[in-house]
Amino acid sequence: MTDTVFGDALGPRGRRRAAIASVVSILVAGALAVAAVRRLAERGILDGDRWSYFLDANVVRFLASGALATLKVAVVAMTLSIAIGAVLALCRLSRPIPTRFLAGTYVELFRALPLVLLILYAGRALPQLGLRLSPFWYLVIGLTAYNAAVLAEIFRAGILSLDRGQSEAAYALGLTYGEAMRSVIVPQAVRRMIPSIISQLVTLLKDTSLGFVLPYEELLRRGQIAGEEGRNILQALVVVAVMYIAVNASLSALANRLARRQDHRAAPVAGPLVPESVADPT
Amino acid sequence: MDVLFGNLDAYARGIRTTIGLTLLAFAIAFVLGVLLASFRVSPVPPLRAVGFAYVFVIRNTPLPVHLFFAFFALPKVGITFSPFTCAVIGLGGYTAAFIAETIRSGFNAVAAGQAEAARAIGLTFPQVLGIVVLPQALRSVVQPVGTLFIALTKNSSVAYTISVVEITGVSNTLGNDLADYPGAFLGAAAAYLILTLPSGWLVGVIERKVRVKR
Repeated sequence: MTDTVFGDALGPRGRRRAAIASVVSILVAGALAVAAVRRLAERGILDGDRWSYFLDANVVRFLASGALATLKVAVVAMTLSIAIGAVLALCRLSRPIPTRFLAGTYVELFRALPLVLLILYAGRALPQLGLRLSPFWYLVIGLTAYNAAVLAEIFRAGILSLDRGQSEAAYALGLTYGEAMRSVIVPQAVRRMIPSIISQLVTLLKDTSLGFVLPYEELLRRGQIAGEEGRNILQALVVVAVMYIAVNASLSALANRLARRQDHRAAPVAGPLVPESVADPT
Repeated sequence: MDVLFGNLDAYARGIRTTIGLTLLAFAIAFVLGVLLASFRVSPVPPLRAVGFAYVFVIRNTPLPVHLFFAFFALPKVGITFSPFTCAVIGLGGYTAAFIAETIRSGFNAVAAGQAEAARAIGLTFPQVLGIVVLPQALRSVVQPVGTLFIALTKNSSVAYTISVVEITGVSNTLGNDLADYPGAFLGAAAAYLILTLPSGWLVGVIERKVRVKR
């Protein structure tokens, strides 16, 4: 889809204009790049040893174990969030008013609070209330308190996106709420939610970097320590960013592939997929 | 509870800083986001590549990385800003990627005939986009952009990590001084709810005002 205006092929004049604009923008970008490289070289940012520092076996091991700590905390927090989020969603969709109200209040409240606040005070307030844990668990608690609420909304939207006829038919057969959910609604809804769940996993993985405030030594924290030690914080941040991009981009690609497969298969059941807007870009 | 009621003025200062951070960062994010979204649909391949690369990098890296970059790395190339300015730049640049994606989805919601008709009467691409497509697209994305605004309000708390004294920073200092972190937390939580809950309501009002009537 080259040289089009909203899907329409350009005419000869439009093509000429686009070609001129291409040349101009490449020249401008080139000039900016040259200026930037000059500035960076002047300041010694591009010196080889500043970068080869990150190929040193000790530094590699240090950062790799930081990345591992990031993954560990993300996996534990994600598992707990999915479990608690599922319970919250089911409570919110259930009949009894107290459970519905409690679950709804929890979800709305915790979705409205900043994650930094939850993680910071998991580490500060809980010990004063008598709960002493390692930074790892404070980070898990903070992440879970927030993501359970977000996932509960994803689950709820997924369940509500199913055609009403599915639950009506299940009740007509005499199934109870629990039976209908277990054998009819949830199996169908889960398949539609998988792309949203994975993109929330990417968000959660990025959010583990907020463990910095505890401090929990995950990838970003380790990168900062390495950068201070080697007096090359700029390079350290670039290296860390590339590591995050590698992991997250592969997860996002996976989510897209799953979403495409869904489109082929889920055709018979009407209703939209889970809207992306329920997930927050924290 | 004394933490909260004894220190309302401190919390009020924190709220003011949070509001300042949010509004300034949102202004940057909105302008940059519209620009990036226009790049991504433009008929000029290099601009499309720039738009794509920006969104790709930002969406796959954590927000604190960008704030740290502005705060720790820029001084290394001779550019030094105050922590507050660093936070505004980092938050604005980060949110811009999400705004760009949202506005781009808004472009898709505008009927294809609109752009075709605009071209048929001889408008150039910037005119098609600026006069015909963008105004209609913006109306249809009020709700998701509002969600991003609220997320930005919450994300402004990350500025705490580069020592900006907003709500989170104020509450942390109070919690430390008075040795009452649970009380400080409740104060901060209330402060954020005061900001985010009315924002949600306001977004709903604007949405109804500008909705395209069909």
